[in-house]
Amino acid sequence: MAGGWRWRKWAARRQGKIMLWQALTLQLGYNATLVTLGAAMLGVAAGATGTFLYLGKRALVSDAISHSTLPGVVLGFMVMVALGGEGRFLPGLMLGSAVSAGAGLLVLTWLTARTRLTEDAAIGAVLSVFFGLGIVLLTVVQGMSAGRQAGLETFLLGATAGMLREEAVVIALGGALVLGLVMLLRRPMVLVAFDPGYAAGQGMRLRLVELAMMGLALAITVVGLKVVGLVLIVALLIIPPVAARFWSERVGVVVVMAGLIGGSAGYAGAALSATAPALPTGPLIVLVAFALFLLSLLLAPGRGVLAAGLRHLRFQRRVHLRQGLLALAGGQPVYEPLTLRLMRRAGLVRADGVPTEAGRAMAARARLDERRWQMLRSDPAFEAAAARYDGLTPLAEVLTDDQIAALDRGLRPEAAV
Amino acid sequence: MALELVGRARIEDAVESPLAIRGLTVSYGEKPAVFSVDVQFQRGQMTAIVGPNGAGKSTLLKAALGIIRPLSGQVTSYGRPLDEMRARIAYVPQRASVDWDFPARVCDVVMMGLYRDLGLLGRVRPTHRARVTACLERVGMAGFAGRQIGQLSGGQQQRVFLARALAQDADLYLLDEPFAGVDAATEKAIIDVLKALKAQGRTVVAVHHDLATVPDYFDRVFLINTTAIAEGPVAEVFTPAHLQAAYGGRLALAQMGGAAAG
Repeated sequence: MAGGWRWRKWAARRQGKIMLWQALTLQLGYNATLVTLGAAMLGVAAGATGTFLYLGKRALVSDAISHSTLPGVVLGFMVMVALGGEGRFLPGLMLGSAVSAGAGLLVLTWLTARTRLTEDAAIGAVLSVFFGLGIVLLTVVQGMSAGRQAGLETFLLGATAGMLREEAVVIALGGALVLGLVMLLRRPMVLVAFDPGYAAGQGMRLRLVELAMMGLALAITVVGLKVVGLVLIVALLIIPPVAARFWSERVGVVVVMAGLIGGSAGYAGAALSATAPALPTGPLIVLVAFALFLLSLLLAPGRGVLAAGLRHLRFQRRVHLRQGLLALAGGQPVYEPLTLRLMRRAGLVRADGVPTEAGRAMAARARLDERRWQMLRSDPAFEAAAARYDGLTPLAEVLTDDQIAALDRGLRPEAAV
Repeated sequence: MALELVGRARIEDAVESPLAIRGLTVSYGEKPAVFSVDVQFQRGQMTAIVGPNGAGKSTLLKAALGIIRPLSGQVTSYGRPLDEMRARIAYVPQRASVDWDFPARVCDVVMMGLYRDLGLLGRVRPTHRARVTACLERVGMAGFAGRQIGQLSGGQQQRVFLARALAQDADLYLLDEPFAGVDAATEKAIIDVLKALKAQGRTVVAVHHDLATVPDYFDRVFLINTTAIAEGPVAEVFTPAHLQAAYGGRLALAQMGGAAAG
């Protein structure tokens, strides 16, 4: 205890001199390196586990689980002290937290399955009651002499400063174990998250798979207590998969990406924390994860906000141009300023709005294309192709030249009129 | 109304039946959605489960498969408890029952039909991939294997679900409203696949809502409205009198056009 306190004071004095770079390159000594790697392992496991919660739309259940750990942490401490042991022994505290989180999970499952409470209401009830009980117990313990210096409050927000070597190893091993179980159970968990009805039809025990999924979230919470803290562990479970989802349309890739994002957050957050021991570790890790989420939200191709915005703009322009061309072909005036501007820029109309030679040619082509489309859509023989009509796609992309020629045979008499 | 089972199979036929249901009652609250239903579906036949909205058609299928827990009743498949026969049964749930924004490609969803074979850690081998491709070809979706499932039309989604069931290579196919909200091309593609299954001697049971197509698509009909109304060949069961018994006053004359013709 005293050692940790002295270490903290020493670290605070050195704080200004320690370079973040050293922390990130694991040059802060054996202990800090172990802690950083442990946090990274925890992040990888949390990201991978969280993916299944997120995809199964059970993300907030983990919040109820994590808040339910607090009574167990304090009770575990009290029991160990009462037995004359070292109250801060991490595996003992983890066991206590697992027991009370398990109780919270059981109550939650029971409330959802057996009463008319919806899951969100049950989550709110379990989370607040267990957390409230934990805070009361914590306050009582901190009033006792043995509890004052125990630093149990660090389990709320996480602290890596002064963490013991063995503790870091326990966390890394715990993370690796959870990760292994996630890999083992990935197929049933994917199936249940995507299509529970089909999974049950295949003879899968839904409740068992869901229990396993929640059990893994519980394990992450327990393992991550010391590093991230119980208040914010839900963020490490959920932010990585949400960020990863922007990058891929494949479950496997999302799981791996979420692991990478969670791992980076754990690694960078713990390293940051080593340079600023006064700051709680959990929030630092979560902020790094959030930064990665923000990058994903903005920059990911496909689902990212920028890419989607650009796609929408491009689409809007195509629509305006096409509408403008069809209006030209029909001899109708174009009033929309955006349409006019786009057509002017493309050299289809002159500054005074009169169509150019190129504009007239393109308009005629657009009109022919549109008439062919209308023919096609009224012909049941082309039903599959007709489904692809969007007002923009040139018919040549959908039909072969021969098919278009066949279509034109129906078009000709009308064109002659 | 009197319970009348036209051409009802004898009890000893239950050994043969791919799906035999006895005394099945399912209740969501105090009001049973399915009440004391006995039915045996015939091997190698295509049977439509027909009845008005809320008659318990989907519930019957789900309860038979153990997806929802019945209050009472026994379900056997080929004379054995259903759980022993899972490998021979493929289920196609309603398309609307899943989130199509799930991160999966068409081929990933069809691969789910092979999860039983693959086990927890079995590696996906080229033979598995070939099976997935073959199943997608059968439903006319081979060109969509790499497409994200959210980009598909309703009809295409339904075909992917059917392909996933085909991948299981089952003997009994249970489909929940396979034609709901699909385009005509898909409807034809699906019925062709189902008829091909029947030609191979497999059994097809589908919840069906379009009375007009029942005589064209199916061999047998099971009429249900909470209780079993009648089960038998289309010609014997799909009659105005039976439909009236199932639908009561809710059956519009226009809907019965197909029935009268059949």
